[in-house]
Amino acid sequence: MARGYAPRLNKGEQHWAVLAIPALSVLLGSLTSVLPHVTLYPLLPPFGFLLLLGWRLLVRDIWSAWAALPLGFFDDLLSGQPLGSSMLLWTLALLALGLCDRWIMWRDYRQDWVIASLLIILALLGGLAVANMSGGQTSALYIIPQIIVSLLFFPLIVRICGGLDQLRWSL
Amino acid sequence: MAPPSPRRPGFSRRAQYSIFIAYVVAITGAVAALILVLSARFDPDGHSALQSTAIDLTLPITKTGHWIGEGVDTTTGGMSAYFDAASQNTSLKKALATSRRQAAMADQIRLENARLKKLLSIQDKVIKPVASGALVASTGASSRRYAILTVGADRGVKNGQAVLGPDGLVGRIVATGRQGARVLLIVDGGNVTPVKRASDGVMALAIGRGDGMLVLRPITSNAPVFRQGDVFVTSGSGGLYRPGVPVARVTQPGRDGAIAIPAADPTRLDYAIVEPVFQAPPPLPPSSLTDQEVK
Repeated sequence: MARGYAPRLNKGEQHWAVLAIPALSVLLGSLTSVLPHVTLYPLLPPFGFLLLLGWRLLVRDIWSAWAALPLGFFDDLLSGQPLGSSMLLWTLALLALGLCDRWIMWRDYRQDWVIASLLIILALLGGLAVANMSGGQTSALYIIPQIIVSLLFFPLIVRICGGLDQLRWSL
Repeated sequence: MAPPSPRRPGFSRRAQYSIFIAYVVAITGAVAALILVLSARFDPDGHSALQSTAIDLTLPITKTGHWIGEGVDTTTGGMSAYFDAASQNTSLKKALATSRRQAAMADQIRLENARLKKLLSIQDKVIKPVASGALVASTGASSRRYAILTVGADRGVKNGQAVLGPDGLVGRIVATGRQGARVLLIVDGGNVTPVKRASDGVMALAIGRGDGMLVLRPITSNAPVFRQGDVFVTSGSGGLYRPGVPVARVTQPGRDGAIAIPAADPTRLDYAIVEPVFQAPPPLPPSSLTDQEVK
């Protein structure tokens, strides 16, 4: 499943899209929060974060350890969370996945989904804690629907990442 | 063969160092982000300045989509109206008859009120709206409830101003871009609106719950019980909102306060007007002056 170790020698110079497509897809995921819909309920999954995780679980060495900082900053600008919220939580998630790689070397898709689910739940609860600390006062009960929707969306997101992965190497 | 860890690239010192530095940058960045998050509590203005720029940059996307979304919204609303048309028709006819009677009474009262005010020579403060725009988007993934309004500092919108929908209070401006502004909705869990019961003026606080409903808490301990259907309007205390704007209607009375549904439904992608701050906060006491006077 993890494909980062496949030898890619003698490829010549990489096409710019090889690096740009994953990053742009995460930015587009963050942009979903400016789509025109007014909700009274936090229900939209954090698509930026889901794409970041999807890529990371599909291609092990895709993100440098610091990659979540600029991507998270962009997400913070749009999501309504205080600045620094996604920067912090996404970086911690990537570092946690680095540890995970050492503990569980061989993973199948279901294990990846479980790991992603745990990280999504922790990230959403962390986001809630940050929002509440900066003046909000929402009970954790009200983000349970958002958590469920996000977990169910994850397989689709991995599919999208897989499709984009093929696309970027075929360029 | 087990996949080699990307953290151990082999014997190349250069590769090892670059990975080490990436981790140092990541952890330093995470600590900086933590400090940023903590600072949001004490300095929300600095945060909103950057986020306002983001509003301006993404507003074209939101506006284009808003135009499409409006079409979809009316279609689905129209379809669902067919389902219980017959029973709705009878109940609406009844409601119409009652409201006609009430409208006639209200006309009379308005005339009488105007006459009495003239007699007492009271002049109403006329409030002119600052600007009007559409509520086009909200933060769907965050647990804070902000909406994006399509007017900004270009049209005189400032932080703290009230945003009113056609049916009642929507929220207040918390971040202003040049062409757009961010509105903190009254249903945000952390937004407190001082209200009073429309029928008798019992004071309460309307606190957002974060799921689209409001909790009404009476201010005094011996307040009467709130009943289902009670309408609450802004009380004007605090000076942020002018008094008399509908805020919420009680749906679920409880022993300690009640749960209410907001009067204005911001999910309808509707138009809203921005009103100036009702009463500017009083200037700080001139402490230096009083010191001199004491001397």
